[in-house]
Amino acid sequence: MHELSLSSAIVNTVVKHARGRRVTAVELRVGKLRQVVPDTLEFYFEFVARDTVCEGARLVQQVIDARLACRDCGHEWEIEIPAFRCPACSGSDVEIAGGNEFEVEAIEVEEAECIAPK
Amino acid sequence: MHRTKVRIVEDALDANNTIASANRADFDRAGVKVVNFMSAPGAGKTSLLERVVTDLPGVRVGVLEGDVEGSMDADRLAHLHVPVTQLNTGAGFGGECHLDANMVRSAIPALPLDEIDLLLVENVGNLVCPAEFRIGEDARVMISAVTEGEDKPLKYPLMFRACELVIVNKIDLLPHLDFDLAKLLYNIDVVHPDVERIVLSARTGEGVDAWRDWLLRIAARAPEEAVA
Repeated sequence: MHELSLSSAIVNTVVKHARGRRVTAVELRVGKLRQVVPDTLEFYFEFVARDTVCEGARLVQQVIDARLACRDCGHEWEIEIPAFRCPACSGSDVEIAGGNEFEVEAIEVEEAECIAPK
Repeated sequence: MHRTKVRIVEDALDANNTIASANRADFDRAGVKVVNFMSAPGAGKTSLLERVVTDLPGVRVGVLEGDVEGSMDADRLAHLHVPVTQLNTGAGFGGECHLDANMVRSAIPALPLDEIDLLLVENVGNLVCPAEFRIGEDARVMISAVTEGEDKPLKYPLMFRACELVIVNKIDLLPHLDFDLAKLLYNIDVVHPDVERIVLSARTGEGVDAWRDWLLRIAARAPEEAVA
């Protein structure tokens, strides 16, 4: 359900960088720990993008696996369920090495042809 | 017309975080500590505030009530004679399901920051979205009631990881429920190892002392001790 709020955050970020140009695609990096449902995000994005420069833009989502690293014993592993204790040493000083991303990586915009005098 | 790819690499929540930092700077300047209070609807946020707001020696408390509609919670707190400010998220379609930094920013002029030391912000009841949006707080607390089931940390890890204190409320109901408290505490530890936990009943007052002490510790915290 947070996909609606997150879609608004994406559109706001993109509009800021688009500087008035029409946006045809938005590339997003989404970590698995963000618990985002890709289809739901796409659905809301299309809705929130209406009447902005993002209207009709494709949303391309790259899903990033959740990887943890233990600061105590150095063990690194990937998780599929939200368990954050180190399986090697039971330590709790665990760092998220990947999977927390929610970034607009790039946008594709339409530019007018350059008509500057030669 | 041609298409160009523009590389951005920006956290989509940066805009919110920037405003949250501005809020935080305003609160710090006024010497006010801020606690963001989050839970599912009906877990007991308002009851837990009622229990402590007039019982924190030396700490002047203010409350910011976030609700989609209405001022029922603010009305409930009125008799306690602490400053309560209502913030409704009802503008927009149907009302936002969480507070964000911008909404709190808009409420700052209405807050009596000179007259308080600790601002308790009651977020909109929701276990998902409030976890995503910082508001400029010093600390985040979430409340899980034993009526919600032991599996909630595993289902809502974002929320259980976004806080530095988990309060387990309504333990007076344990004799009437098929609820395994040890299992809930285990699941909290799986999702957020070593997070601070307080088990209490807002209704009977059992365990409330620990909750009061925790708030006193936050109020006494130096600004640089705060979790970024």
